[in-house]
Parts: sequence; C-alpha cells; structure tokens
Amino acid sequence: MMRIFALLVAALLAGSALAHKASDAYLTLERDGATLQGQWDIALRDLDNAIGLDADGDGEITWRELRGRHADIEAYALRRLQVASGGEACPLAVTAHLVDSHTDGAYAVLRFSGHCAQTGPTLTIDYRLFHDVDPQHRGLLNYVEAGTSRSVVFSVETPERVVGGDSGGPLAQFATYLHEGVWHIWLGFDHILFLLSLLLPAVLVRRGGRWQAGGSFRSAFVEVAKVVTAFTVAHSITLSLAALGVVALPSRWVESAIALSVVLAALNNLFPLVSHGRWVAAFAFGLLHGFGFAGALKDLGLPTGSLALSLAGFNVGVELGQLAIVAAFLPAAYGLRATWAYRRLLLAGGSTAIAAVAAVWFAERAFDVPLFAAFAAGG
Amino acid sequence: MSPAIALRCGALAVAALLTIGAGAAGASPYVPADDAVVLERLPEKGDPALRDLKRMRAVLAAAPRNLDVAVAVARRSSDAARATGDPRYLGQAQAALSPWWAAAAPPEIVVLLRATLRQSQHDFDGALADLDGLLKADPRAVQARLTRATVLTVVGRYAEARADCSDLATVAPPLVVTGCMAAPASMSGSAEAAYAALSKALARPGTDADAVEWAHTLAAEIAQRRGDAAAAERHYRAALLLDPTDAYLKGAYADFLLDAGRAVDVLSLVGDDFRNDALLLRRVLAEQQLPDQAAAFAAHRAEMAARFEAARRRGDSLHRREEARFRLAVEGDLRGALALARDNWKVQREAADLRILVDAARAAHDAQALQVAADWIARNGLEDAWLDAARRASR
Repeated sequence: MMRIFALLVAALLAGSALAHKASDAYLTLERDGATLQGQWDIALRDLDNAIGLDADGDGEITWRELRGRHADIEAYALRRLQVASGGEACPLAVTAHLVDSHTDGAYAVLRFSGHCAQTGPTLTIDYRLFHDVDPQHRGLLNYVEAGTSRSVVFSVETPERVVGGDSGGPLAQFATYLHEGVWHIWLGFDHILFLLSLLLPAVLVRRGGRWQAGGSFRSAFVEVAKVVTAFTVAHSITLSLAALGVVALPSRWVESAIALSVVLAALNNLFPLVSHGRWVAAFAFGLLHGFGFAGALKDLGLPTGSLALSLAGFNVGVELGQLAIVAAFLPAAYGLRATWAYRRLLLAGGSTAIAAVAAVWFAERAFDVPLFAAFAAGG
Repeated sequence: MSPAIALRCGALAVAALLTIGAGAAGASPYVPADDAVVLERLPEKGDPALRDLKRMRAVLAAAPRNLDVAVAVARRSSDAARATGDPRYLGQAQAALSPWWAAAAPPEIVVLLRATLRQSQHDFDGALADLDGLLKADPRAVQARLTRATVLTVVGRYAEARADCSDLATVAPPLVVTGCMAAPASMSGSAEAAYAALSKALARPGTDADAVEWAHTLAAEIAQRRGDAAAAERHYRAALLLDPTDAYLKGAYADFLLDAGRAVDVLSLVGDDFRNDALLLRRVLAEQQLPDQAAAFAAHRAEMAARFEAARRRGDSLHRREEARFRLAVEGDLRGALALARDNWKVQREAADLRILVDAARAAHDAQALQVAADWIARNGLEDAWLDAARRASR
C-alpha cells in the first residue's frame, strides 16, 4: 500500500521544475584546408555515468583517477564522433588531455587534430556521444573556418550535420561548388563515356546500314547541341529533385543503371536501333545520371544555410565541364569524320571498349563484386 | 517512498561558488598540478539513494532488456530528478527504457513512465497521448488517470482534470483525491471550497509524509492566491518541516516572501544551493532589493544570464517562465520578457505562467497580451489576489 501511495504522490509531483543544466558537451572544430584542429569539453559526471571514472568509489574524481582513464575516454569519445569530407572519413587523434570548469562542474578537455584525404567544400559530422546513456545529451559545436564561426547543435534526433561551404560570402560559395561540379564530370568517367557514346555518331550519318561522314559542320553542331541540351535539362531536373530530398533512390540501383545506360549507348553505335532522335535517349538516361550527380553532391554536403546557391553552382559546374569536353570533341571529330580511323577505330573500336568497360562497371555495381575497382572511378 | 534524496553537501556549494563568474564557456583548460586534486564531487557522495541508483544502473547495464530492472532504474531516476531538479536523471530514466521507448506497443508501465518523462520535457501533448492510450485500454488505471489530471491542470484544461479526479474518488487515498481535485478547482472558480477540502483532509492524521508535504504546499499556494498570507505562511512552514530540501517548495515559498517584501528571508531560505537555477533566480531577485548584497547580486546576475544563454545554446525552452522573470525584473528587457512570457503561455498555463504574462504585458504596455490574460481569468473564474490588485492598479 505504501508503495502504491508513493507512486501516486510521485505522479502528482511530476510537474516540479527542472532547475539544473542538462548534459552538454562543447565541441570546437576549426578547419584549414585538409587540416582539422579541435577541442572537446565533456563533463566528468557524464563520462563517469558512461564508463565510470570513480575508481575507488568514494564519490570524488581525482586527477589521478581521470588520468588513469584517458585512453578509455579517448577511445570512447572518438568512436562517437565521425568527421568526413568529400565522402571520405577524416581520422581524428587526441593530442592533449586537459581539464576545465563549466557552470555545472569539471570537464575533461580533449584537444585533437585530424586530416582529410579529400578536401570537399563541406564537412559531414556524425555525433553520437552519450546517445545511449542520456538521450537528452546535446553536443554544441562551434565550427570555425576562414575566420567565421557558426553554431550547430547535435542531438539524438539530429546526429548528423553538414558544416562549412558557406563561409566567404555567396560568390565564393557559388564558385566553390561550380569548381566541384566541373571536377566531378571530368573525373566521373561514366558520365563522360556516356556523353561520348552519344556524340561519336553526331558527325556521321547512317545510310544504307553504314556510317558515313555527315554533311555540314552546322548540322553536326545542331545534333550535338540537341544531345547535350537534352542530357543537361534531364540531369538538372533529377539532380535538383534528389538534392532537395524530393526524390530518393538507392544509390546502388542508380549507379548500376548508369553503367547500363553507358553499355546501351555504346552498343547503339555498333548495332543502331536509335539513329535519329538520339536526344530522346540523352534525355531519358540523363534523368538517371542526375541521380548520380546528386549522390556525389551528397558526399560533398550542401551547406544548410544556402542550399539553392550551392546546388546551382554545382549544376552550372557540371554543365561547364561538359561543354569543355564537347568543345574539345566537336572540332576534332568533325575534322576526322571522313577518315577510316574515325569510323572503324574511334566509333566501332571506341564504342566496343566503352561497352565492355561499362559492362564490368554494371556487374560490379549491381552484384557488388570488385572486378577492377581501381579503374572504376565513375559515379 | 525512497529516503529523501539529500541535496548537495556544503563542499559542493563551495565548488559551485568557485565556478560562478566563469561563465558558460570554460576560461582556460589546464593540467592539474597534483594527482590528488579532486576535480569533481559526484552527486551520490553523501547520498545513499543516489548511490543505490548507480548500483542499479550497473545491474541494468549488464542486462539492458530486463524490464523489471529498467523500470526500477527509470523510477529511481525520475525520483532523483524531482528531488535534485537535475535533468540528467531524466535522460538516464529515458535511456533505461530505450529498448521499449520507440516500440510499436511498449509495456503499459513503460508508456506510463514515458508520459511522465515527456511531461517533464514539457511535451504535454505527447504525455497526454500516452495517457489517453493507457486509459482507453484500461479505464481503471489509477496512476495514469492521476497523472493525466496533473498534466491537464498544467495546460489549463481544468474541467477535464476535475473529471479525472472525480473518477478517482473511490480508488485512491482521500488526501490524494482531494489534492488532485484542489489543484484544478482552485484555478477555476472554486478556490475557497478547494482550500476548505484540503484543510479538512490535512487535519486527518496518519498519512504519508510526502503526500502531506505536497498537500501543504498546494494549500499554501491556494491560500496565497486567495490573499490569505497568514494561512499561506503557516502551510509553507509546515511543508518545510516535512522536507526542508524540496526545491519546488522553496521556490514557491521564496516567491511568497518576495511578494511580501521579505528579501532577507529569501536568502536564508534558498541557502547555498547555487546549482539550482530556480533557486538562484530567487536569490538574484532578493539580492536586487538589498543594498548590502550589491556585489553578490552582480556576480549572481552574470551567472544567471550565462545559464540562460547555455540553455538557449542547447535549444532548451524549459526555462522560459524563469527567464521571462529574469529579463523583466533584473535586466529590464521588457520586450524580451514579454516574448518569452507569451511563448511560455502557449505551452504552460499555471498560475505563475499567467502572472509573468501579466507582469510583462503591463511593463511593456501591451494591451493585447493583457486582454489574453483577462479573457483567461474571466473564462475560468480564476481567483488571484495579486492579479486582481495588478489589474486594479492598471485601470
């Protein structure tokens, strides 16, 4: 009876005010190029709660007791903080263990540094400290880059945040993402090979089941322009939809389908099914490639403050990179179009090689087996 | 109930004093000079109940899916949160229940505890949804109904709260039922009857000390609103005798003393618990009125501001009522105080929430907010001597 009574009273008292600071940790992270410097202040009470610091159980934590657990604290904390740039992890290492006081008591201070192999415009930070032992814990990040700082709060509900890429004003930011877009298409072999497969026949015409040199530069230019424009419009649509989170597709499907699109585009040059209206194929498959671009953009991370601007910058960068390829391709192809080498070596041989490479990519991506992973830099 | 969880020991208060003025961000990290330096005194030092809780948590860590142990840890953690005002214990209570927390159909006991924890985080809608579900499945669930009455009272849904309390009449102890009813009734036109019923119930001997203390606190608050200062003082003192460490009680009594212009008494009442934000606020408000406390006032004011800033940084909105009072009375930020009081009023509808809304609205000459308060008072038939005086003065 007494216990029931106590529970009832507890129910009535439940409204009394909370009047202490809750569990927070203070994280400072400064980025300079590929280098990260940081400091992490974690309350001793919280660490004691999670891994136990009070070795002698006397209710007091001495410097000796804390020092004895430095290695464990380091391992425990760093396992719960993942920083990545350009889709690759930036490993962190503790450089010093100190102590500090905050309003609610003493904190362990971890100074650390890190190095990012990829220096994308943003950092993706995954913070899960104490989420299992105190879901009300918050990580308060002060992120510093290029002399500007910004605050970010991590919680159980939002363990992953993207920072950076929004310092230096809108113009600089647009330029950063434009740069990334250009490099992405240049390094994304699958997109280039797809485009080339569509462009190779553009300077030719199909007559009597055979490829022959096309007529004017003008007609070749118009054909190329149609293909490139259709590809661009299509992938811009899906890139935007995916980057803004309107549509989401599993990346394995997308990457496999992109590889397949390259195979089909190349095979079409060898066994033409579509010879007129290649722009339709460019549009249809372009929708697919847009999802691929979006995957790359996700690895870079979009700064939350100016999402549209960065997205536009990236997209324009992709288009510029693509135009540069076309600008280099068209005059050369036009000049060579009447040669045997162009038709046999470049068109037939090139398309065969492209189809073969893309078929391997497809097998790798669809069945998740690394055949020649080192070369398959696409995506 | 569990033995009253003792508040901080004196040494801890000294440690807290030393950190005052350091602000929210640490000054400069250092390497302690000596291995023997004590960096932190854990709350369980000198508190057997918290030591037990720590042991139970170790047991739970070894078997995290043991429902009985998890429930025991969650209950003890909630008790600790209430006794100390420390929200870390609420996070620990939630963690203990985490295997079931987001399940499609958690055990009833987990839903009940989850409702209580949600209420503590001011997620009143979430708490009510949990309790509605429990009562739908079992209309005779006493504790769920009592908890729902409490939540409904906090959000100002007095008629529904009174209905829940009526349903408990035959199944819960008389003092609990009377108190359950007195809280909403005193806010909705029946303050005199509610007080009379509570006094009568308190006159009967032999009930649980925690319940009696709680009933005295409630009676004191009702008497205070009715303008009966002598009765309020009597009840506050009776409650304090039963539990001199109850932070909620001390805060309520401190407000009574501040209204009565007894700032010196506030300082001795709140004592040296500097870690408790609610009590530090009362201390600051008292020191503000005492010329010989000017230095302490300046330090505590800075500390208070730093704590509100720290809460804002983590995205907390649990302290809006207190922060509105601080902004209005201490910082003289009329607009900021009114904005906080208004936001707070959207969520919480206790007497103290109405009072800070009226205070802030009057100071900022905001007719619209005053009208919101006047409508509420008229609609519910709220009797509050202090509010009546304020409204007479502003006419």
